[in-house]
Amino acid sequence: MKNIINKIFDAKHRSRTFSYILVIACYILVEVLMSTGNITSLLKGLLVPLCCYIVAALALNLVVGVSGELSLGQAGFMSIGAFSAVCVAGYLGNIVANDIVRLIIAMIVGAIVAAVFGFIIGIPVLKLQGDYLAIVTLAFGQIIKSVINNMYVGFDNNGFQFSFVTNNLKLGEGAKILLNGPMGATGTSRISTFTVGVILIIISLIVIYNLMYSKNGRAIMACRDNRIAASTVGINIANTKMLAFVISAALAGAAGALYALNYATLVPAKFDFNTSILILVYVVLGGLGNMNGTIISTVVLLLLPELLRSLRDYRMLIYAIVLIVIMIVTNNSRMKTIIESFKKKISGKGVKAHD
Amino acid sequence: MAFLSYLINGLGLGSVYAIIALGYTMVYGIAKMLNFAHGDIIMIGAYVAFFALSRFQLPLFVSVILSIVVCTILGVVIERLAYKPLRQASSLSVLITAIGVSYFLQNAAQLLWTSNTKVFPSIVSNAYLKIGDLSISYLTIITIAVCIAIMIVLTLFINKTKTGMAMRACSEDKGAAMLMGINVNTTISITFAIGSGLAAIASILLCATYPSVYPTLGSMPGIKAFTAAVFGGIGSIPGAFLGGLMLGVIETLTKAYISTQLSDAIVFAVLIVVLLIKPTGLLGKKISEKV
Repeated sequence: MKNIINKIFDAKHRSRTFSYILVIACYILVEVLMSTGNITSLLKGLLVPLCCYIVAALALNLVVGVSGELSLGQAGFMSIGAFSAVCVAGYLGNIVANDIVRLIIAMIVGAIVAAVFGFIIGIPVLKLQGDYLAIVTLAFGQIIKSVINNMYVGFDNNGFQFSFVTNNLKLGEGAKILLNGPMGATGTSRISTFTVGVILIIISLIVIYNLMYSKNGRAIMACRDNRIAASTVGINIANTKMLAFVISAALAGAAGALYALNYATLVPAKFDFNTSILILVYVVLGGLGNMNGTIISTVVLLLLPELLRSLRDYRMLIYAIVLIVIMIVTNNSRMKTIIESFKKKISGKGVKAHD
Repeated sequence: MAFLSYLINGLGLGSVYAIIALGYTMVYGIAKMLNFAHGDIIMIGAYVAFFALSRFQLPLFVSVILSIVVCTILGVVIERLAYKPLRQASSLSVLITAIGVSYFLQNAAQLLWTSNTKVFPSIVSNAYLKIGDLSISYLTIITIAVCIAIMIVLTLFINKTKTGMAMRACSEDKGAAMLMGINVNTTISITFAIGSGLAAIASILLCATYPSVYPTLGSMPGIKAFTAAVFGGIGSIPGAFLGGLMLGVIETLTKAYISTQLSDAIVFAVLIVVLLIKPTGLLGKKISEKV
């Protein structure tokens, strides 16, 4: 018991405890606002996508921040998770009556399929380094998008049917088209809920923090800080990086599944390069390797364009300027010293947060 | 015969990619940053040329010069305002700033000129040059010729002039270059200026082939050219040239013989295979790490 309390309130784990409190407090706040009717329908519609983006960003932070590899293909894994979940949920529509159970099964399948692809893609990707690795993840993102853009999946009473590039589906009785090429998923039943989204965030946090504080997590960070030194102490760099990559893909897949089942229609073009970049922006602005920062920056940046809605056409322009200014200000050496001294004041004796 | 004409069309498309890729690769070589806003400079160049040609009825030559001048100034201004304060920052911060600049340019274009597609006036006659069974459009010939001319001038510039030498020195070692009395900031500005000027030329060639101008015009050619630059080995000028041409040829041939819808997937798959065999691109330098 004492051990657990120590783990929660220990200065070393303070940021972790803060993450859980932050998420749960936000959840309670939103639920209270919802039950008292103080929340606009616009904001209500953003809650599930917000959870999805937070999970995708946390997952990307595991690769970019903790493992130190720039990935530009996160949306690809979301896409894989999303469309496999749509297929599963569509197929189970008549078999599993309970929406929540169906959602969870679809999310698990989405996560597993994304993890498998993460593993397959990880084999060539993790052989490369730096910007070359980044461009290969970008390339995989594009390939995934264009392959899903050409997939036609449907089922009837005889089972699944599948065709590629041209629509050759010959569906008999009880037919339902699940994926329709560039039109994507249509007629999906909307079963995602905010509560499941928050639970997914918490599961992601548990997975990521437990990985970070474990032996494997330290190995991942050692590889990031110095490849050569890490390999000389006997760390298998390829396997260690693969672990982070696959877990990240699985979480992104689950996030994509949740996202897809929140909309009646979803086109494959939704998960393009721009979405990957958007998630990367959340991660970098939040701070590499800092999960709290990721959550906060995702919430702020996702809601910012909505809050700026009154400025109409200028909002995305302002968003862009905010992005540039934040980057310039946070990298200014004079600002850096101010922030550092501020941090020291807050944490008292200048205890360094564990990252 | 059909194959030959596809090949030449591919070289035409590849020439455009190569010109854009030169901008990416030069900036990467010197500033060590992925300038994601490069694609949007193409878009601005296209709009400037469009207005010069169709709104103000300026002659083609003047429009091209105007477009190059505007893009060059824009490139230098962006570098001064957004990238220069981040010289010492991590490469990821610079990347995000470049993305911010890209958003900014796209949205500014949307506000100024709306998101409606504008039809670029035709600047080269649609005539074909016929050699036996083979017919090649003059546009393709001009594109390839422009690309070769740029390549020759740029190679001479980099290898024979003092500024070119300064650029090579900066890409090798900025600190040492500074000690040799090279003004690193000016050199970086010149690089951005050249890259952006090339983007303007590419934009006009691109719009002559696909005559529509819209705010997100630059993103796809931008990504393709970035791929081409990596394909040839990022930082290497002949690499960008080779990568661009190869990418154009592969794209055209897959569209012709395999599948139009899957051409993007196949192009990127080829890139992955090339990088697995040569992890630093076709002509990239292999940098050995010191312990």
